[in-house]
Amino acid sequence: MGDVNDMPLIAVEGLGISLNTSRGRAQAVREVSFTLRRGETLGLVGESGCGKSITALALMGLLPDSAVVSGSIRLDGGELVGLTDPDYCRLRGNRISMIFQEPMTALNPMHTIGRQVAEPLRRHKKLPAAQARGQAIALLDRVGLPDASRRVDAYPHQFSGGQRQRVTIAMALACQPDVLIADEPTTALDVTIQRQILDLIADLVEERGMAMILISHDLGVIAENVRRMMVMYGGTVVESGTTEQVFSRIGHPYTQGLFRARPRLGAKKGTRLTTIAGTVPELADLPDGCTFADRCPLVIERCHAALPAAFDVGGDHRVRCIRTDVSMARAVAEIGA
Amino acid sequence: MSSAPTITLAPAAARRANGFWRRALRHRSFVLGGALCLLVLFAALLSLVWTPWSAYDLDVAAKLRPPSASHWLGTDVLGRDIVSLLLVGARATILVGIIAVGIGLTFGVGLGLIAAARRGWTEELIMRMSDFTFAFPAVLSAIMLAAVVGPGMVTSITAIGIFQIPVFVRVTRGSAGAIWAREFVLAARASGKGRFRITIEHVLPNIMSVLIVQATIQFALAILAEAALSYLGLGTQPPTPSWGRMLNDAQSLLFQSPMLAVYPGMAIAIAVLGLNLLGDGLRDLLDPRLSRER
Repeated sequence: MGDVNDMPLIAVEGLGISLNTSRGRAQAVREVSFTLRRGETLGLVGESGCGKSITALALMGLLPDSAVVSGSIRLDGGELVGLTDPDYCRLRGNRISMIFQEPMTALNPMHTIGRQVAEPLRRHKKLPAAQARGQAIALLDRVGLPDASRRVDAYPHQFSGGQRQRVTIAMALACQPDVLIADEPTTALDVTIQRQILDLIADLVEERGMAMILISHDLGVIAENVRRMMVMYGGTVVESGTTEQVFSRIGHPYTQGLFRARPRLGAKKGTRLTTIAGTVPELADLPDGCTFADRCPLVIERCHAALPAAFDVGGDHRVRCIRTDVSMARAVAEIGA
Repeated sequence: MSSAPTITLAPAAARRANGFWRRALRHRSFVLGGALCLLVLFAALLSLVWTPWSAYDLDVAAKLRPPSASHWLGTDVLGRDIVSLLLVGARATILVGIIAVGIGLTFGVGLGLIAAARRGWTEELIMRMSDFTFAFPAVLSAIMLAAVVGPGMVTSITAIGIFQIPVFVRVTRGSAGAIWAREFVLAARASGKGRFRITIEHVLPNIMSVLIVQATIQFALAILAEAALSYLGLGTQPPTPSWGRMLNDAQSLLFQSPMLAVYPGMAIAIAVLGLNLLGDGLRDLLDPRLSRER
């Protein structure tokens, strides 16, 4: 196993995922690498289809059968890529758990919530039914479900969206996993509930010393909840670093576009929101060069040649752009607010 | 982990079962359907120990009698008592229906679930095989089977049963495929469940309502198919009575004694209606989302 302090909990190295689509094979994710230590939090930002959810599913081993994964994903030094399904089943819900976006559909309508929370405990920890039930009630209580001991036998439709998300969190945390992946856990919820759920997740992550990967398209959510972040675009990580670094220096033209596109308080009435011109490239026919080249305001000839490497612009803040000299000088003056 | 709470509750399963029957007895179509099905079942069981007359003794002198005190619904063209025939005929009907639908459910649902869970070439193979089977109507398979093993109830039940399999394969695969695409299945996989457990715990309960409704429809079709096969001489063999045979015997006398067709027709209708109502009721009662409203 090696030295616990030295070895990252999760080490992703050169991850590539190609999927079958109606338009042929598509390289959905390219050259994604990151490490995550116990207790660390990592945010994944990007728009729909940028590969962030696919990356999460790859960590869970839940990609469609036709997907081809290259590179390596190691959990505590053990390789996960190419693991057989039964072996993966022993990890999922036990050492790696996931919370999904849509609490309305993430629970089986035919089973009581108590059964669904107790299930992983019975399965992975081999707890007898009564004990699993007791722990399920304790968990539901911990995630803030009111009157947990009475409502444990209720069905999902008898709960509100926020309450259901609490139930799915209880489900994911039942076996005390080392890694929690939260895929847009609050997108489907009211803003006030969003805050409560995120705070709950943050508390639990700290309390149990888990590592967390939080996926979101909301920069605000990322800013408040994670220590480090990666910005994804077109299946590659275009910028990565600590949240502070990325927010203060905004290295990549795409990240800058995201920041400009934020709605702002105090803007003049009738001001249009800034958008990034163009559309997200189809994963089936990504350009040869930088994936953002077609929409980039700073594009030059050389951008189309090859996918740029991720340059370290200081303090392990990496930007996958060959024009950081121009972009970063501009960013600080223009966008920093 | 904090310790288990001190409050102990009755096991969920026990209380659910209690609630099920309480709700069931208040569910109108379930009660009515159940009563009709019990009526047919009772007729079949009664015929084992008692019938007003023998269903097998011919009395040609007393043929085509109108209803009277001794023959409550009259007699048929061979002088057999209609009530007795209906009672004994219920046995064949129930047997054919239950066994044929049983065959279809067992193999069809099993294969459909496998197809939905495995995908890929397994799915392709199962679906093409079921298309192949589906291309042969029940009558044709019955004729083929009869040519090999001889006509009779077993032959017709088997033929009808085989004919039911592809129907259930398709219905199961279609609805199971939709469940596999749902997020709670992904969540279940994320919690470490394998395909088999997901199929049993998540897919099957969620397609149960579809299967129950389909099974009641297929039961009705099985009764009708049995009638058709009996007409061709491939089903229940004389003198064993069945509702289908009674219906077909009545056909040639439709203008002289129309009631001869009405009685078995009514009996079939009661069985089919009862099953449909029962199926509807079960569908509602098994769905926790609908259970409050009724």
